[in-house]
Amino acid sequence: MKDKIFKGLLFAAALAILLLTAGVIYVLVKQSLNVFHEYGVFGFIFNAEWDPRPETEEYGAWSFIIGTLFTAFFALLLCIPFSLPVALFNGEYFKGYKISSFVSSVVDLLAGIPSIVYGLWGFYTLRPIVIQLGVNAQGFGIFLASIVLAVMIIPYASSLSAEFLSMIPDTVKEGAYSLGATRAETIRHVSLPMASSGIVAAYILALGRALGETMAVTMLIGNTTNVPTSLRDTGNTMASVIANQFGEADGLKLSALIGIGLLLFLITAVINLIAKFIMKKLSVR
Amino acid sequence: MSDRVKFSNVKKRAAKDKIVFGLVCLFSFLSMIPLFLIIWEVVSKGYKNFNWRLFTQVAPSSMDALIAKMSGEPIPGGILNGITGTILIVGMAVLFTIPLGLFVGIYLSEHPENKFARTVSYLTDLLQGMPSIVIGIIAYIWVVKPLRSYSALAGSVALTIMMLPMVVRSTEETLKMLPRTLKESGLALGASYTSVIFRVILPSGFGGIFTGILLAVSRVMGETAPLMLTALGATVVNWNILKPTSAIPLLIWDFYNDPNLVDIIWSASLLLLIVIFLLNWIAKIVARRWKI
Amino acid sequence: MENITENKLNNQNENSTNEPILQLRNVSVSYAPGKKAVNNVSADIYPNTITAIMGPSGCGKSTLLRAINRMHDLYPKIETTGDIYLKGQNIMEMNPMEVRRLAGMVFQTPNPFPTMSIYDNVLAGYRLNCIKLTREEKDEIVQRSLMAVALWDEVKDVMNRRGSFLSGGQQQRLCIARTLALKPEVLLMDEPTSALDPVSTNKIEELLLDLKKNFTILIVTHNMSQAARISDNSMFMYLGDLVEYAPTRQMFTKPQHKKTEEYLTGIFG
Repeated sequence: MKDKIFKGLLFAAALAILLLTAGVIYVLVKQSLNVFHEYGVFGFIFNAEWDPRPETEEYGAWSFIIGTLFTAFFALLLCIPFSLPVALFNGEYFKGYKISSFVSSVVDLLAGIPSIVYGLWGFYTLRPIVIQLGVNAQGFGIFLASIVLAVMIIPYASSLSAEFLSMIPDTVKEGAYSLGATRAETIRHVSLPMASSGIVAAYILALGRALGETMAVTMLIGNTTNVPTSLRDTGNTMASVIANQFGEADGLKLSALIGIGLLLFLITAVINLIAKFIMKKLSVR
Repeated sequence: MSDRVKFSNVKKRAAKDKIVFGLVCLFSFLSMIPLFLIIWEVVSKGYKNFNWRLFTQVAPSSMDALIAKMSGEPIPGGILNGITGTILIVGMAVLFTIPLGLFVGIYLSEHPENKFARTVSYLTDLLQGMPSIVIGIIAYIWVVKPLRSYSALAGSVALTIMMLPMVVRSTEETLKMLPRTLKESGLALGASYTSVIFRVILPSGFGGIFTGILLAVSRVMGETAPLMLTALGATVVNWNILKPTSAIPLLIWDFYNDPNLVDIIWSASLLLLIVIFLLNWIAKIVARRWKI
Repeated sequence: MENITENKLNNQNENSTNEPILQLRNVSVSYAPGKKAVNNVSADIYPNTITAIMGPSGCGKSTLLRAINRMHDLYPKIETTGDIYLKGQNIMEMNPMEVRRLAGMVFQTPNPFPTMSIYDNVLAGYRLNCIKLTREEKDEIVQRSLMAVALWDEVKDVMNRRGSFLSGGQQQRLCIARTLALKPEVLLMDEPTSALDPVSTNKIEELLLDLKKNFTILIVTHNMSQAARISDNSMFMYLGDLVEYAPTRQMFTKPQHKKTEEYLTGIFG
């Protein structure tokens, strides 16, 4: 009897996850229905106007979608030359050594620093440098936000990549060495191709992180409503516009912001599912 | 097979190999620099105001800070309202998360082949990847709107949704690593399923589960975005879960937006970093100590 | 080959001047300071012979084999001392990359490169060594190498499939082909059939007898009947020492050392 109740409780808890997810999607859809009704799904997505003034009120998500994709992909690009060496350092060259556990703990701590502290660092330390570099007058913008995002996602990209690299059996690598290959050639022709899908999955997950990152970006991107066309531009991401404007929003504007939240949720969900799918396939093999 | 294959490029390739190794080391080293830069900045600017007052007084108003500044004194006040708020919000979130997260984790580890369990597992991944700002929106709609007030409770709900997938995953993975014989021998002794889980399985997996909870707490500790949409912030110490409440990251955000209060921003960040790194460190020790 | 005098090792190159191709001089390998896995081994290996290295597990036979192509250099904690001469040249003074090419190695478990096609696997040595080849040269090398391991007819229509698609025995022959493609001086084989079924094992053994015409082969095995079937000379190692090195037939009929006899009669192993 007691066991039956307990098993029932376990099942109920699992069911709660199902209901929670269903509830998340339901409220996001329901609360944003207004704006999709008003402009149509594509009319909302592809419209770059965002004008909350009552007389000319108009809402479109396009400039924020572009801002999000722009910063996230540029951050991903910036993080590769750092996260890949870290992955090779920990998963290949110094696999199993003390120095590798030191490096990986230090890099993992980067993931523990709160987004808002990254924002402060970007504002007080990096922004003056960006101004000095002459990127733009205020320092704020896509460039600054992407640099900080890149640092933030290094641990996500590197630790998972290192894990996949370290799983490559020594026997296969020895096969390459026994043919006269150097370590670098073995990495280039054997290790990286073998770990490639896992590494791709790691970077997709890191991209998902970058897409949804809020505070640091909000503090650094400049918060302007425009479609950014270059790294010097300021802009807004989907997450930063919600963080900035949610507080005073109501009516159609609130619905539009929730609509942006729904789109952001869908984009990150798809990105994460792709990464998880790749990894599931790997673990089966 | 008397003719030998010609290899003339050995030296060049060996040099290239060394260069690649050097670059890997160099860039790995460079990747660690931001952490030290951030810690340095927070410590060097934050230690001055890191004193008893920080823990005993509420955040100053912009006006008080301005007056103090004009008369050349250090700005008054601390972050007591943030500290109590963080304790209240995170504490409640932990209370919500632990039973639910543990139960789901147990369920998933006990039914690895079950189709429903697999669906739940997928959804857990989905929740884990959900941006924190979206979670803020959810908690706003679910709690703030019906109660017509920003509240600590709403903040806790948001943080619970963030922590839940992490705790579920760490519980599930820890329990899956336990040998099957552990459970079977318990059941063979005639113990009930419930007591085997609570007396044998959970204690054996304690290290992994506890580590998972600590890491989840350290992850949500510094979350700002979801709290902006739910707990909002308050200028006084508040223990009422239905009222707007501040939190350390919320105070940092306020200080950031108010030029008069900037001096105290670094001490608040320093405290936040210390707590987070401490949690990470304890988690590491626990994981090592109670290794399966 | 009949009346072999005691301790005169088999040498297939009857016409030549009995020059050994490989000379081991006081070779020692230690995994940790003071702990020797191979202890002061000296031996001469003659061209176009198969030499079996036998002994109970942990006796250092694989360790010795891996010393010959400087595999231990990959692991900084392992230390190799002594001299190894390959055709008169001391390989301890050569670049390990060159040594490994001259002394090709085949491993215990087949390890074709899983991301490469069968075709590319055979050519992997060239690709890894950054040697540019024309299409004709590539085709020629692939065909010749795969024919040498009797795999050509089985795979010539599936060249573009992954190496891991083959059966275990085929994979091992592919790995041998990959090694042969680089035209090594000696072939080092580390229990190449221990992961294979009897039929595949048989095929590999036939292949080795065939390859002997062109190569010198050292094979580590814990299978005594395999050593008896294919090898010309045998080494017996015990606790890192080379206890006995003699023509195989002699070792199996009249072992000189008590340990060898105990091992061959199955008292331990």
